Amino acid sequence: MRTLKFLLQKEFRQIFRDPSILRIIFIMPVIQLIVLPWAADYEIKNIKLAVIDHDRSDYSRSLTNKITASGYFILTDYTSSFEKTLGEIEHDKADIILEIPASFEKNLVKENESKLFMAVNAINGVKAGLGSSYLRSIIQDYNQEVRTEWIQFPRFSPETNIEVTNSNWFNPSMNYKVFMVPGILVLLLTMVGANLTAINIVKEKEIGTIEQINVTPVKKFHFILGKLIPFWMLGLLVFTIGFGIAWIVYGIYPAGSFLTIYLFAAVYLLAVLGLGLLISTYANNQQQAMLISFFLMMIFVLMGGLYTSIDSMPGWAQAITKANPVSYFIEVIRMVVLKGSGLADIKYQLLTVLGFAVLLNGWAVVNYHKRS
Amino acid sequence: MSTDRVITAEHLSKRFGSFTAVDAISFDVYRGEIFGFLGANGAGKTTAMRMLSGLSMPTSGKASVAGFDVYKENEKIKQNIGYMSQKFSLYEDLTVKENIRFYAGIYGKSNQFIKEKTAVVLDRLHLTAEGDKLVKSLPLGWKQKLAFSVAIFHEPKIVFLDEPTGGVDPVTRREFWNMIYQAANAGITIFVTTHYMDEAEYCNRVSIMVDGRIDALDTPQQLKKTYGVATMDDVFLKLARKAVRSAD
Repeated sequence: MRTLKFLLQKEFRQIFRDPSILRIIFIMPVIQLIVLPWAADYEIKNIKLAVIDHDRSDYSRSLTNKITASGYFILTDYTSSFEKTLGEIEHDKADIILEIPASFEKNLVKENESKLFMAVNAINGVKAGLGSSYLRSIIQDYNQEVRTEWIQFPRFSPETNIEVTNSNWFNPSMNYKVFMVPGILVLLLTMVGANLTAINIVKEKEIGTIEQINVTPVKKFHFILGKLIPFWMLGLLVFTIGFGIAWIVYGIYPAGSFLTIYLFAAVYLLAVLGLGLLISTYANNQQQAMLISFFLMMIFVLMGGLYTSIDSMPGWAQAITKANPVSYFIEVIRMVVLKGSGLADIKYQLLTVLGFAVLLNGWAVVNYHKRS
Repeated sequence: MSTDRVITAEHLSKRFGSFTAVDAISFDVYRGEIFGFLGANGAGKTTAMRMLSGLSMPTSGKASVAGFDVYKENEKIKQNIGYMSQKFSLYEDLTVKENIRFYAGIYGKSNQFIKEKTAVVLDRLHLTAEGDKLVKSLPLGWKQKLAFSVAIFHEPKIVFLDEPTGGVDPVTRREFWNMIYQAANAGITIFVTTHYMDEAEYCNRVSIMVDGRIDALDTPQQLKKTYGVATMDDVFLKLARKAVRSAD
């Protein structure tokens, strides 16, 4: 126990003397949480729309007005030549072309129906998909308006209408920040945990002090605890700072209990620290450690359900996410923060992450040799 | 000099794949002696030393250090030895006192012991005023003397020094050897590698490694006599020229 005390004392002294670690601890959460949620917004806005109006009628104009008034579209062009407008898409000046045929109003009034043509630049699939569906629903809406206008009151409409109303649970305003910020917090914790630990130990390898420790009677177990405990505490500190920012800047306050979140975070950190430790047993220098953790980080982020929903991934990719500790915490933190889930609801994830912690730390301990 | 053996090695070998770094070396080191371990770069000195100090697992052969077997009792060996590697291995971002306290602490020394002995050591090194300075602010010579003091702070039976005076000026080198003599007089066995042949003259006995084998082992006087030359420099050149292995 006394050995551990000396190891911890040394570690904390070094941490608080290292300006770069302090910078990472305080500046990283601030930047990540203040900047990233604004960029990671799925709502598509500012879609550049070119309208080709061959009709130039009251109806075609009021449709165009309705579209631009929605706020999602910017009318970049209003012409009557398809060729010219297609050029706009080719030069990236327009994302969507809406073509209104010459007989739009006439057909609508006389034959009760009319056709529109939509051309979408699908290079950015998300923008194309969402943009065209926004446009479709605005046109649908317009359609309804036109119909209501024409219905003569006592008569019933010959067609039945199904109207769907919906309500968004747990995130009523569909605010992406409420969804993203907790996820980014998880990433922050993962980076602090894995990177700092790995780099710290590998640095001792580089300067040779680890060999000096290996030649002392210090037990492997004590040495590893001496590294894990400080970074475990540091991780929880960063997490707390992160939650503070989420609350102050975005007003995000967990619906569930902090106790549940911190319990999970504490266990999760053990897994992540184990990963850092494991990396350090394989890497011989800081560049290697950085590259390995950078590579893993990319996979963790893109396959962790932060940006894209895991449910929409193909089966094999979903299987990979099962081996990604980040995916469990992102799921849990969203459940607790947004839905107010309790310990019983996250039991499965907690046990899984605990399993990761045991596995990764065990592997690292086995792979750490005092003697080569 | 006593005939009490503190290090024994019998056909001790270390192979890395097909490369034999240390090739069946056998020797004894007696209590309280200064044992010089010489050899060209790449001759296998550091590997041999690492096996004896429990950092490297021997491939074959037998060895015991301070009465403990290197294969099975390496952790017990560690309690009884000090080690100063080629790489400077104090923490540069800790102060002089913090380094002493840390290393003494992990060897299980009491606070009382650490406190009293720190004062004595700092006084001897004339570092009392620098006790609270970060180690990185010290000149190299002082760092090396401090590293040696830290290596023997827990009063080991044997101390392994791997090129302790590399890159150090002649005055500091002399002071360093005075410290080695003091330690030896206090009963600590010194096992030292060096490239400086004047330092070899200071040793009680010297072994010279060539291509992983020990080609000569005797007192400096006897070695010079055997090879019929005037200085240790010549002894070393005569032996080291035979090497086929290229220096690293």
